[in-house]
Amino acid sequence: MGEILEIYLDHAATAPLDPRVKEAMLPYLGKEFGNPSSLHATGRRAKQAIDEARESIAKILGCRAEEIVFTGGGTEADNLAILGIYRAYKEKGNRLIASAIEHHAVLRPIEHLAKKEGADAFFVKVDREGLVDPEKIAAAIDEKTLLISIMYANNEIGTIEPIVEIGRAIAQWKKEHGRKMNDAPFFHTDACQAAGALPLEVGKLGADLMTINGSKIYGPKGVGFLYIRSGIRLEPLIWGGGQEWGLRSGTENVAAIVGLAKALELAEAEKKKENARLTILRDKLIVGFSAIPKTRLNGHPTLRLPNNANVSILDIEGEAMVLYLDEAGFRVSTGSACTSANLEPSHVIRALGLPYEAAHGSLRVTLGRGTTEQDIGKLLAVLPPIVEKLRQLSPVRLNMKHYA
Amino acid sequence: MPNTPDVVSKDKKEKWLYSDIVKEHFFDPKNFLLDDDGYEADGMGMVGSPACGDMMTVWIKVDPKTERITDMKWRTFGCGSAIASTSMHSVMVTEDGGRTLTEALAIRPQHIIARLGGLPDRKIHCSVLSDKALRVAVNDYFRRTGQIFRIMPEGSRLVDKVLKITDHDIEEAVLEGADTLEKVQARTKVGTGDPTCLPEVEQLIRFYKEKYFD
Repeated sequence: MGEILEIYLDHAATAPLDPRVKEAMLPYLGKEFGNPSSLHATGRRAKQAIDEARESIAKILGCRAEEIVFTGGGTEADNLAILGIYRAYKEKGNRLIASAIEHHAVLRPIEHLAKKEGADAFFVKVDREGLVDPEKIAAAIDEKTLLISIMYANNEIGTIEPIVEIGRAIAQWKKEHGRKMNDAPFFHTDACQAAGALPLEVGKLGADLMTINGSKIYGPKGVGFLYIRSGIRLEPLIWGGGQEWGLRSGTENVAAIVGLAKALELAEAEKKKENARLTILRDKLIVGFSAIPKTRLNGHPTLRLPNNANVSILDIEGEAMVLYLDEAGFRVSTGSACTSANLEPSHVIRALGLPYEAAHGSLRVTLGRGTTEQDIGKLLAVLPPIVEKLRQLSPVRLNMKHYA
Repeated sequence: MPNTPDVVSKDKKEKWLYSDIVKEHFFDPKNFLLDDDGYEADGMGMVGSPACGDMMTVWIKVDPKTERITDMKWRTFGCGSAIASTSMHSVMVTEDGGRTLTEALAIRPQHIIARLGGLPDRKIHCSVLSDKALRVAVNDYFRRTGQIFRIMPEGSRLVDKVLKITDHDIEEAVLEGADTLEKVQARTKVGTGDPTCLPEVEQLIRFYKEKYFD
């Protein structure tokens, strides 16, 4: 029997651990088991490891090591930024601004604060291609605004947001309103999908807070960090022994932190070459998709992550498509309601101004380091007959002109 | 909604979202309509919409003497369980020489789910659609054959007159796991505009819970 075909094309969900990262982590899963808070040599070596990891990350971000706080992943870092800022500055105001296409790790804490702690949540609409307009952000800021959270690049449709321009618009507003650098409002960006593909120098980006996680950059799961520009206060989510400057208590996950730093180093070193390679594959895929009748590209055609292709395939439903592709060996994802726990279709595709039926038929393919041109060719060979079969089964015949 | 574990495949090797029977009907669906033009149906029924994520159409052929449904064809826009349950439903309706209209209409969602070897909890609402589509198709058959007196009235009656919520909406909510008034309200907002309907809503919840889950 031949080997079963398995082509993983869901790197926006998670990426495999890079063997070089695993190698770097191994000592800390073995004899270097120390607690960084211990005074003795075993502990000091562990402390040394997380210090070095922090330094390495700070170098990539162009910030100080003390400005990096390790967390248990991207979700926790996003939560810490939003809940932490709101609770530390709530006497100064209550408005929180985010785009409508943020990750749930940003949307849910904002909604929670609005429901339970008096926040005034304001969600900025995006255009048909998923872009946030910096002018709309500036217009949404009022005297009581504490935080603006806009993702660097979207996880579903891959659209890259104009972070620099948004940062500038916020700085301009602060200047005009006599706010100092360390006064609210602050600017947070979730860079989980952007890391490894886009520049991360926080100074150039104009971000006050930035989230990055490990598993999207071929590092371990369950680890991430929040960059917090010094001078900004946060209320911690987790209380205890006072690790991470009291912002994230709990014994540090040393192996994961070492892996995260290694993963980010590798991603930075290989970024340019990998971006160029993936962009070619991505565009090949997008051209292939567009050859299938009644499809539309979701997200921006050029301002998009090099590894993301997202299409809505009309008249069929995403889960069915994903399961047929899965059976054929291709691991991809959909914004269809059927795959979500709450049976609501993707809020991101909906926010583009597209009707529910377009969200139900969306297909996301996200490429990675292991993806080859052959993989793309194989997917493009397998997909059209699957679409044809599901369309034969489907009673829906939508008119394309309403979905362009 | 309570989260029960997803269905496990028979060989227990792989925990799949669906049972082996569901997979069989999903990847190799039975009785779906390929050729629109060449098919003469005695009745047709449609439910759902692509916007809500599930839509299906069924066509039936009926032997007027025996009232047996000799053929049932369908098309479904929806997830794996929607496709598989419509496929299974069509098999159940047409097996053993075809069920009579009465027998066919007695096939309830839970019978289809049982024949499929179970469905994940959150998927159950999908399969409810094909029995509704069949009911519409049988009504269409009655209409076409002039048996107007046999047409079954659609069981949708306004419960909340302000929000235009019908008993059918309550039924849907219960099928999706809302087993208390609070949970049904969380889904439908029923009674927020017209609280006088709440006693009736509670009665309906009890009725549908017994119908589908007891």
